[in-house]
Amino acid sequence: MSAITISHGGHGAHAGAHEGGPASKRIIVAYGFWIFLLSDIVMFSAIFATYAVLSRATAGGPGGAELFNPTSVAIETACLLASSFTCGLMSLAINEEHRTATYLSAAVTFLLGAAFLTLELREFAGMIAVGATPQRSAFLSAFFTLVGCHGAHVSVGLLWLVVMMAQVAGKGFKPRIMRRLACFSLFWHALDIIWVALFSIVYLMGGR
Amino acid sequence: MLGKLSWSAFPINEPIDIVASALMILAVVAILAWITVKGWWPYLWREWLTSVDHKRIGVMYCVLALVMLLRGFVDAIMMRSQQAIAVGNAPGYLPPEHYDQIFSAHGTIMIFFMAMPFMIGLMNFALPLQLGVRDVAFPTLNSVSLWLNASGVLLTNISLVVGEFARTGWLAYPPLSELQFSPGVGVDYYLWALQISGVGTLLTGINFVTTILKMRAPGMTYMRMPVFCWTALASNLLIVAAFPILTATFAMLLLDRYLGFHFFTVDGDGNPMMYINLIWAWGHPEVYILILPAFGIFSEVISTFSGKPLFGYRSMVAATMAICILSFLVWLHHFFTMGAGADVNGFFGVMTMIIAVPTGVKIYNWLFTMYGGRVRFTVPILWSLGFMVTFILGGMTGVLLAVPPADFVLHNSLFLIAHFHNVIIGGVVFGAFAGYTYWFPKAFGFTLHEGLGKAAFWCWFIGFYLAFMPLYALGLMGMTRRMQHYEDPSWQPLLLIAAAGAVVILVGIVFTILQLVVSIRTRDQRRDLTGDPWDGRTLEWSTPSPPPSWNFAVMPLVEGEDAFWRMKRKARAEQGRPAEAVDYEPIEMPVNSATGFITAFFAVITGFALIWYIWWMVGLGLLGAFATTLVFAWREIEEIEIPVEEVARIDRAYRAGLVQ
Repeated sequence: MSAITISHGGHGAHAGAHEGGPASKRIIVAYGFWIFLLSDIVMFSAIFATYAVLSRATAGGPGGAELFNPTSVAIETACLLASSFTCGLMSLAINEEHRTATYLSAAVTFLLGAAFLTLELREFAGMIAVGATPQRSAFLSAFFTLVGCHGAHVSVGLLWLVVMMAQVAGKGFKPRIMRRLACFSLFWHALDIIWVALFSIVYLMGGR
Repeated sequence: MLGKLSWSAFPINEPIDIVASALMILAVVAILAWITVKGWWPYLWREWLTSVDHKRIGVMYCVLALVMLLRGFVDAIMMRSQQAIAVGNAPGYLPPEHYDQIFSAHGTIMIFFMAMPFMIGLMNFALPLQLGVRDVAFPTLNSVSLWLNASGVLLTNISLVVGEFARTGWLAYPPLSELQFSPGVGVDYYLWALQISGVGTLLTGINFVTTILKMRAPGMTYMRMPVFCWTALASNLLIVAAFPILTATFAMLLLDRYLGFHFFTVDGDGNPMMYINLIWAWGHPEVYILILPAFGIFSEVISTFSGKPLFGYRSMVAATMAICILSFLVWLHHFFTMGAGADVNGFFGVMTMIIAVPTGVKIYNWLFTMYGGRVRFTVPILWSLGFMVTFILGGMTGVLLAVPPADFVLHNSLFLIAHFHNVIIGGVVFGAFAGYTYWFPKAFGFTLHEGLGKAAFWCWFIGFYLAFMPLYALGLMGMTRRMQHYEDPSWQPLLLIAAAGAVVILVGIVFTILQLVVSIRTRDQRRDLTGDPWDGRTLEWSTPSPPPSWNFAVMPLVEGEDAFWRMKRKARAEQGRPAEAVDYEPIEMPVNSATGFITAFFAVITGFALIWYIWWMVGLGLLGAFATTLVFAWREIEEIEIPVEEVARIDRAYRAGLVQ
């Protein structure tokens, strides 16, 4: 058998975009995380669909109009949207590799996220106190699951943020840490998008 | 302290259970003891269990799938033998509560733990090689996926010894699967095993989509990708879009069962049909997640062994993507009897029939690829031919079932069982075996025994027809699925033939095992030093067999479809000219990681604790998984550099072997 010359292209993984070849690590990580976020949004849409089907299934119990407190939800929303803004500021600080600004904007983001969670838990506690528990009706099961699932995501986000700040403190702005911070910021903004849908469908449409 | 777990969870009073459990424990202990005696643990740990090499992970997936094929087949043959005898006054040998667990376990295992790992394993092995790259996008995540899948397998098999498995069928429809009607741990085993392995599958999907879209050799544009890469892309897009629905659905059922929610209950205004809609919004894409990679394998095999480029490459790609989208628009055909009304049923019936069009395009493309080609009748092409005949038949009964009035008659009957085994065995299993035989020499450097492979094929092929054609007739005669016992003696002769068919398939499985054993023992005579035993067309055949961990010493440059075929033609044309010197460079490869294995360990602990309500252990398991993640996040060394001398040495040795 004759020797086969294997034609070969650019060396290593750093071939320029014009000649093709694998993308850079930064692109690959961010792209993969986007795909994950899409899958997360699909999961939420399944829960949204269930909520939509069950939103009138109150089994004689209370409905949204009696339970929701628009003021509290408005403050929650404001907290979360503001935290997205400060998260954006954090990204700018990270690009500058400015430690103090990073910690500061992360701290504000954390506090706003925690405030959002506290208000949400207070809302849940208030509903449970008047007997509107998730066990009361299919509507309430769906409500607590949908809103709670978003809340669980926010909690995970807060934990992640703390871990990332520890990583910045311990390891500095290495490329791999920067990639993770970029993913966190994508995650945090995605939670905002989901909240906008949630606010509109659950609280605005269901509050009447 | 131990939640619901007590001595009564062990099947001490059930003879069949206890024998099966004892045999399984004995087999596992024997294997572990053998590894210990041989002193293989360090090697296994270093080279396999902590490996992040996509080829090794792929092989481990396939091994898992083959073992689970045996487990699932034992269930199958038990069902066939029970139905062969349990007529009239004869009760058979399996009591109803045991029989119900068997058919539930059979479906769950065959879909989630046989077909899925087999396809994911083959994709893992072949994709980066075909794309001309050195690994998948996220190698450690890949290992996490594998081990989470294995966790699900382990939990399902633990249910054989400790407690019970679901008696609800493989999709656990409520209200039967609700706590009120299934108070035991069976459904919890089912749910947690599938939740854990489902996360693994989702991560695989994300990993492969990113790999295919963002990591390809220079010059490999979308329309130059091998068709297997296209079908794998479609399949993984479906994983990303469908598995989250499964996760959400199971989460809701778990909330119903654990916290008394009312999603799918009969009281509290719950809606069981919501579950059935959601589960099939995942479930129908799932069947395409399984069959699309198989279509890709058949395309590669048929093109290679016909010595021709695939006929209608572009139409093949278009058909694949059309199926990918259409598969999300047909879920309601699984329950036309829900009573959604004529318009809704009509829409879903028509959409279902439309899927037959792109599938038909594929069949013709394969036929025209063979037409005028010089077809070599090797084992992989036999599986492909067997597939084409069988799958067309299964597809036609599928179109029949897509007609709502016909479906009203055949719903839940053995006709349906015959149909989906017709497409899943004839499509997915045949495809898996074609791929297994096709890529085996690439993975291990020697070919599989042809004669025994052919014997296995013919037994599977004939056995399949014997086992499932009678079920079509039985379905038309009115026999419903999942019957532990029946009164009508006129069904028995056909059920006896079906049982005989299962035995023939068993012989096929024995030949498959024999083929592997004989091939390993005679591997020195069947070595393939060229790396290209089939005169292949795609890039995986341009590397040594087995490929070094970095796959390609130098990144290949792709100049068209069938990249390797072009390179070979070019080399032949340029014969006589001195080969150009190759510039080797050091290669960065990801380091091994125990993250996947340890995460899976804690996942099993958490899952088991949740099933038995052992709350402190749940906390412990979750804490362990979190700690593992932190350790991974804090690790310093992510990659090692393979020195240029080693790359050059191995590549030169391979090239020197080629010249001989």
